[in-house]
Amino acid sequence: MPLLDRRLVFVTGKGGVGKTSVAAALALLAARQGRSVLVCEMDAKGSLAAAFDAPPLSFQPRLVEPQLWAMAMNTEDSLREYLRLFVRVPFIGRIGPLARTFDFVADAAPGVKEILAVGKLCHEVRERNYDLVVVDAEATGHIVAQVGAPKVIRDLVNVGLVREQTDWMLELLQDPGTTGVAIVTTPEEMPVTETTELVARLPVETGVDATVLIANRVLPALFDRRQTAVVDGLDRAHRLLVDAAGRGVDAVVDAARITEARRRVGAGHLARLQQVCPDLPMLIVPELFTRATGRRVVELVADALADELDIVVDDGRAGTRPGGSA
Amino acid sequence: MAAARRAAPSADIESLLASKEMLLVCGSGGVGKTTMAAALAAYAATEIGGRVLVLTVDPARRLADALGVGRLGNDATRVSAEAFAAVGVEPRGELWAAMLDTKAGWDELIRRHAPDSRVEASVLANPLYQNITSRFVHSHDYLAMERLHELHASGQYDLIVVDTPPSRNALDVLDAPVRMKEFFGSRLLKWLTVPYRSRLFTAASKPFYQVADRVLGSRFLQDIAEFFILFQAMEAGFVEHAREVEQLLADPRTSFVVVSTLEAAPAHEARFLARELTRRELHLGAIVANRALPSSFTAKASAASARKLLRATESADADPDDDDDDDGDLVTAVAHALDAEPRVVRGVLHEIAARFHDLAVVAAREAERRAELGTMCPLVVAVPVLDHDVNDLGDLLEVARHLDA
Repeated sequence: MPLLDRRLVFVTGKGGVGKTSVAAALALLAARQGRSVLVCEMDAKGSLAAAFDAPPLSFQPRLVEPQLWAMAMNTEDSLREYLRLFVRVPFIGRIGPLARTFDFVADAAPGVKEILAVGKLCHEVRERNYDLVVVDAEATGHIVAQVGAPKVIRDLVNVGLVREQTDWMLELLQDPGTTGVAIVTTPEEMPVTETTELVARLPVETGVDATVLIANRVLPALFDRRQTAVVDGLDRAHRLLVDAAGRGVDAVVDAARITEARRRVGAGHLARLQQVCPDLPMLIVPELFTRATGRRVVELVADALADELDIVVDDGRAGTRPGGSA
Repeated sequence: MAAARRAAPSADIESLLASKEMLLVCGSGGVGKTTMAAALAAYAATEIGGRVLVLTVDPARRLADALGVGRLGNDATRVSAEAFAAVGVEPRGELWAAMLDTKAGWDELIRRHAPDSRVEASVLANPLYQNITSRFVHSHDYLAMERLHELHASGQYDLIVVDTPPSRNALDVLDAPVRMKEFFGSRLLKWLTVPYRSRLFTAASKPFYQVADRVLGSRFLQDIAEFFILFQAMEAGFVEHAREVEQLLADPRTSFVVVSTLEAAPAHEARFLARELTRRELHLGAIVANRALPSSFTAKASAASARKLLRATESADADPDDDDDDDGDLVTAVAHALDAEPRVVRGVLHEIAARFHDLAVVAAREAERRAELGTMCPLVVAVPVLDHDVNDLGDLLEVARHLDA
């Protein structure tokens, strides 16, 4: 089942691997396919807004692209909405101190904050307010607590409204046709290790399986075996190269060598990942070599992912594929 | 004293390591904090001497093995003389490593601050305890600071380098002691721990508990309240301790090293962090720009060479008339020197020349960001991107050499 045909997609990965760009790109792709999409940043760092070159996001979703709404999770607002919708607390204005108290309890009590966040997302899915909800989720360290919150709450809370609601949330989260988890990694040791650990932990602790791996910033292979022998031997031709191209040629050769060496190390890590997770498809997003940030990066990542997901978006953007330069 | 310390930034990494007793390495996730903390400690142990400890949070397996930490829990272990000998280094001092174990750390705290064995046993046995401590907001951060305090107070080390935990917000680590103090000092906690029954009758709290009962169930709230009551028994000890830990961060013997790559998001985070450290009047010792591309990539001479090389390797098919001039000679000569096919050599050199622009663009962006970081801190050190992972002591010392270049 194609990743974006699901209703709820969590995008996670070790800090610094480019989670937000990937989440934004996936949301953009789905929106371009004509689906209504909500993309939600969970850690309130503001990087999702930066990815869309948009002003800071809030709990109230805002249209950032055609068919694409973006929001930032805020557990206090989520609690407010929850109380209004389900507990029917009459005067919202009065729950200020109540919300603060709740926030305090939530800080210390396991799973409460997480369930307010995940509950909001599940609610949007259940109400079918959007065709797809893409979550720029917490890093690998926290995602288990987040996706697993309904399970934790169900184990800890014996009665009450919240417990009843964990049932439909779990049903939603544990249905692979509804919920997907995309784990983003770079071809580096720690991100790959955290990815393999997460793939193992997710089903055990949350009952939700990883759906797809996304390898970001993958360097292209520049040389085949015969060419590599030439690259390795170029020191013997140093004089010739300097005479023909000048002193700066050292930096030029170094650049290719650094890229190639890093690519080789990275390919090893990705091979290990595929070996540990043979059943998970891996999408490749190439290193972009761009000086751009924000919206432009999202555009390029979306193009790369469209190729990988076999998505054809007929909007006249076919010429912006990064394959030519990366 | 305090003013003097801020007025006199260290000129290089060596003098920073030599003049401080505690170094906190911070930065956003994925920038190589753990490696940098270990490299700084290894450098201090080999070049400056004394007993140096690196307190690490979550090292990569091979790095953990190299340091001899891993499954050893909370104890510090010394990196053996043989490990140094194997990479041909005779350290002037000792390198020790310890890993932060959150669970063991909390248990230890409870044991220390519990007024009696009954409270200790009740807390440790409380069903919410493990769940809360492992999820308690910033619990890692607080424990790292707590452990630093303990290690420093032990008087066993000349320098302690702390690899701060991965945080959603890098500043959490600075706020952790204050939060701990606030947590215990808050009226909410006191209010929450008033015996459950009597609370129901206070007008102020009534709406909260009515709603909370419906939402969470009263049993759950009771469990929480019970747990907090137990915790309150330890308040005095915890708060006093948190104050000491807080003071440690502002101590003249403490300095912060911000690690970043020169990519957009980490560099943005690093600038924010550096600004906040300055605002809080904490000592920012250095910014380390990790995995930087060599500055030669932005040199005009390099770009010129790339262009020449590109011209010299234009495909013979595309420009047959040009093949017999000087440029064609390069391919032939290199092929001869390397005993390789001219066609392959041409392809390789052409690709190398054509690709250079990609990296030069990235390097130019990096140079701008590095200059921006330079306005935040007088000492910015670049560690170049390596062509291999950092797996062992030899690799760490290689990184360290760049730190002091």
